[in-house]
Amino acid sequence: MLILIIMPIVQVLLFGFAMSTDVNNVDLAIVAPHRTEAIRKMVERISANQYFTFKGYIAGNAIDEELRTGAADAVAVFDEDKGMQIILDASNPNTATAGAAYLQGIMMSDSKNPMKLETHILFNPQMKSSYNFVPGIMGMIFIIICAMMTSVSIVREKETGTMEVLLVSPSRPLGIIFAKMVPYFVLSCLNLATILLLARFVLDVPMSGNISGIVIISLLYLLLALSFGLLISTFAKDQATALIISGMLLLMPIIMLSGLAFPVENMPGILQAISCIVPTRWYISAVRKLMIEGLPFIAVMKEFWILLGMTTAILLLALKNYKDKLG
Amino acid sequence: MNDIIISVKDLCKQFGTFTAVDHITFDVSRGEIFGFLGANGAGKTTAMRMLCGLSYPTSGSGTVAGFDVMKQGEQIKKRIGYMSQKFSLYDDLTVRENINLFGGIYGLSDARILRRTAELLDMLKFRSEIDTLVGSLPLGWKQKLAFSVATLHHPDVVFLDEPTGGVDPITRRQFWEMIYESAAGGTTVFVTTHYMDEAEYCSRISIMVDGQISALGTPSQLKAQFNAKTINDVFRTLARGAKRSE
Repeated sequence: MLILIIMPIVQVLLFGFAMSTDVNNVDLAIVAPHRTEAIRKMVERISANQYFTFKGYIAGNAIDEELRTGAADAVAVFDEDKGMQIILDASNPNTATAGAAYLQGIMMSDSKNPMKLETHILFNPQMKSSYNFVPGIMGMIFIIICAMMTSVSIVREKETGTMEVLLVSPSRPLGIIFAKMVPYFVLSCLNLATILLLARFVLDVPMSGNISGIVIISLLYLLLALSFGLLISTFAKDQATALIISGMLLLMPIIMLSGLAFPVENMPGILQAISCIVPTRWYISAVRKLMIEGLPFIAVMKEFWILLGMTTAILLLALKNYKDKLG
Repeated sequence: MNDIIISVKDLCKQFGTFTAVDHITFDVSRGEIFGFLGANGAGKTTAMRMLCGLSYPTSGSGTVAGFDVMKQGEQIKKRIGYMSQKFSLYDDLTVRENINLFGGIYGLSDARILRRTAELLDMLKFRSEIDTLVGSLPLGWKQKLAFSVATLHHPDVVFLDEPTGGVDPITRRQFWEMIYESAAGGTTVFVTTHYMDEAEYCSRISIMVDGQISALGTPSQLKAQFNAKTINDVFRTLARGAKRSE
């Protein structure tokens, strides 16, 4: 199969060029009520630096908003008395640490006028990467259970011949596949509950946002994964194929491109574009906003509509395929 | 006694440019054991799938148990039983659980399921195995059990797709006795097979070659028509494309 030859090539290229935990860019906003010459020079130096994108001057009371909505990754506050303060969005601890280090580097290079430097870390005070990973793990587990396992289960019936017997019986074909999906849906709901409980009570993930928002978007994601499972089952003739398709077409892109392990912002443009069609990317983004940054559901409406659109499209395609293959 | 339970006229099935079933026409009467013979790839399974409502004919018409195969598939499914080439029972469930499952699917009441379970297991003589996983039963037993489950709801027709693959001759003989009993009870049996010797057990047979029916009649009629000693010889003649008649 061509996949066995092409896959390794793709992987080497991806890992070599694209996947990196290096921070390539920090969006920086600045609060500077008194813009002295020294400050303006600093801003120039920061803008010229390839690792920073200057996002503009903002007011002191807009800092929280700026960081929560993701308009900036960090805010530098220049205060006459206190020197320079850096406030970091640490929901991605990698970006935060690197951002702080770069800024300090710029500070040090200005030996003429050394300013005092204070660093504040928001949203993830202990810089725990577990916060970062929990949404990612949720994204991955639900795909494994609902897409992979469901597709394998449906194809197993095809393989052993029991699907044919069910189709000859008075049972409606739609009823049959619905029945195949329900157990994995229920199982995933149980998993969702368990993960949320573990995150809250064992890992101390803040869960500051509304739980119902997390549940709603998760249920939508489960439906999406089930639809994928059904779609895959219409293409696969045996369980091994179903497993390979799920693994190659779903799991790999998810692990590499969804923001699970490697931040999407650090990827080259073309991969960021591809990442847009990986549903898990939107799910993880939504759960991070809800769970870790504590944003209200309104903030994830974009992700919600995208996931809803994807679910509808995949489900319709899967059902159509299923009907066609029956005829 | 001559009421027709399956009637097929000019039935065709095309997959793209490939004609799997090419204008077949035949009737089956109630209580008959109808053998649908042919080599692998001749189109037997495709034809049978159309009769079971598993696939739509490209053209032609047919009725099974009085219902149209094109438009009344759902009704047909309630009145037929089916045993696939791969046996069709769940290996991970016990005998009892399989019977309960299919009983439920065919809409039998709990009481009726219990009664039928008792009847079937007595007939098969494996009452003691009721709670064994089907996967651990020997092939011959699985096969007989699958047939029993297919006839659980007393269907008008039971379709058997190559039911005796891979079994020893004694088990095959026992299986055919079950088929005789079923037919004697009024169930029409439609069986496809590529074992030509099993043709002798049927009331009437048809032989398919390249999607068409090349021979149709009782085993004796065909043997006389083709001047052959066994149906196997009849088949060889047909397959070769030559015919000898008196």
